[in-house]
Amino acid sequence: MATVQQSDVRKKLKDFITETFLVGSDVESISDSDSFMEKEIIDSTGVLELTSYLEEEFGITVEDNELTPDNLDSVDKLVNFIQGKTG
Amino acid sequence: MEFNKDSLRLDARAVAESLFETILRQTRGILKKSGAVVGISGGIDSSVVAALCARALGPEKVLGVMMPEKDSAGESKELAEKLANKFGFETVVENISAGLAGMGCYRRRDEAIRQVFPEYDDSYACKITMPTNILEKNTYNVFTLTIEKDGKSQSKRMPLGAYLQVVAASNLKQRLRMTTLYYQAEKRNWAVAGTGNKDEHMQGFFVKYGDGGTDLKPIAHLYKIQVYQLAEYLGIPDEIIKRIPTTDTYSAEVTQEEFFFGLDFYNMDMLWYALEHNVPPAKAAEVLNLSEEQVRRGYANIERKVKATEYLRMPPLEIESS
Repeated sequence: MATVQQSDVRKKLKDFITETFLVGSDVESISDSDSFMEKEIIDSTGVLELTSYLEEEFGITVEDNELTPDNLDSVDKLVNFIQGKTG
Repeated sequence: MEFNKDSLRLDARAVAESLFETILRQTRGILKKSGAVVGISGGIDSSVVAALCARALGPEKVLGVMMPEKDSAGESKELAEKLANKFGFETVVENISAGLAGMGCYRRRDEAIRQVFPEYDDSYACKITMPTNILEKNTYNVFTLTIEKDGKSQSKRMPLGAYLQVVAASNLKQRLRMTTLYYQAEKRNWAVAGTGNKDEHMQGFFVKYGDGGTDLKPIAHLYKIQVYQLAEYLGIPDEIIKRIPTTDTYSAEVTQEEFFFGLDFYNMDMLWYALEHNVPPAKAAEVLNLSEEQVRRGYANIERKVKATEYLRMPPLEIESS
């Protein structure tokens, strides 16, 4: 994926996470490597919401065995995951 | 502190005596009620609570309310009656199926299930379950929907909307049970005694204002394996003690381990006790014959559930007047 598209994906993800899960914080307060679980940003219901967003926005399917923190637990991991599915 | 295989062993007699006094003081002294109503299901927790209340308040001051519905296990009523006969308290049966149907419980749940399995109808049984390999890998606590018919089953992850609707519709059962218990309690000017144990209360395995809506919670501070120890001491019938804990909420049989906890009660309770007492993972691993990585995953899973369900234990948020 070209660098420009990667940054576009990254921004979309951060905007979605900020608008959906954060209150009183802006995008810059969460680093791209921060664990959503450790920072208590997204719980298990939130993971379903995130998954729906990924599938609709990026046209991918998140298989059951891909629904893991290794793939979804930070902005960096999400970017890598999406790149792997679309690249 | 010392952590070993007996760390959760109770002096059951002393705990029971203390609970008799506490239940009496809370019910009569604080709540100003002369008796207690307990929803009994033939399960270990409600049996222990009913027995504790009967011993604390006198059996004539306890009512066991059985509330079966369409999806209830057949043996629940028989076991509850056996318990009531042993401890001498009266019972009443309130079948809540019609009430649930009137509220659209079954219709709404089935409608959501058909978003995932369009072929689903009354000829199928259904259940939702969480991952049970929580010590083996880092997983999310995401429910899978399973439908069963003629010995065959199909399972799929539920999309968010379907999942929320299945849970919301199913929670009507616990909320209607709460309503029913309060009817029986208020007509007697008695209290409603809750039956949740610590695992359920603190990890959020209850419905807010459903089975969580009670006046007192006599065993909400006790780990599940401690509830079993009390059950033995109190003389709860063997068939109840040996029965595998289920949710008794879905038409397909589902254990509490499959539905929510993801781990057997002994390991979960020991891990949780270790976590609460800052036992290093290496020590917990040694005692429980697990790897350190498994202990860390267990700790993390319990912490996540406790944190994610804090809102269930919160009282209504109010605005302080200035």
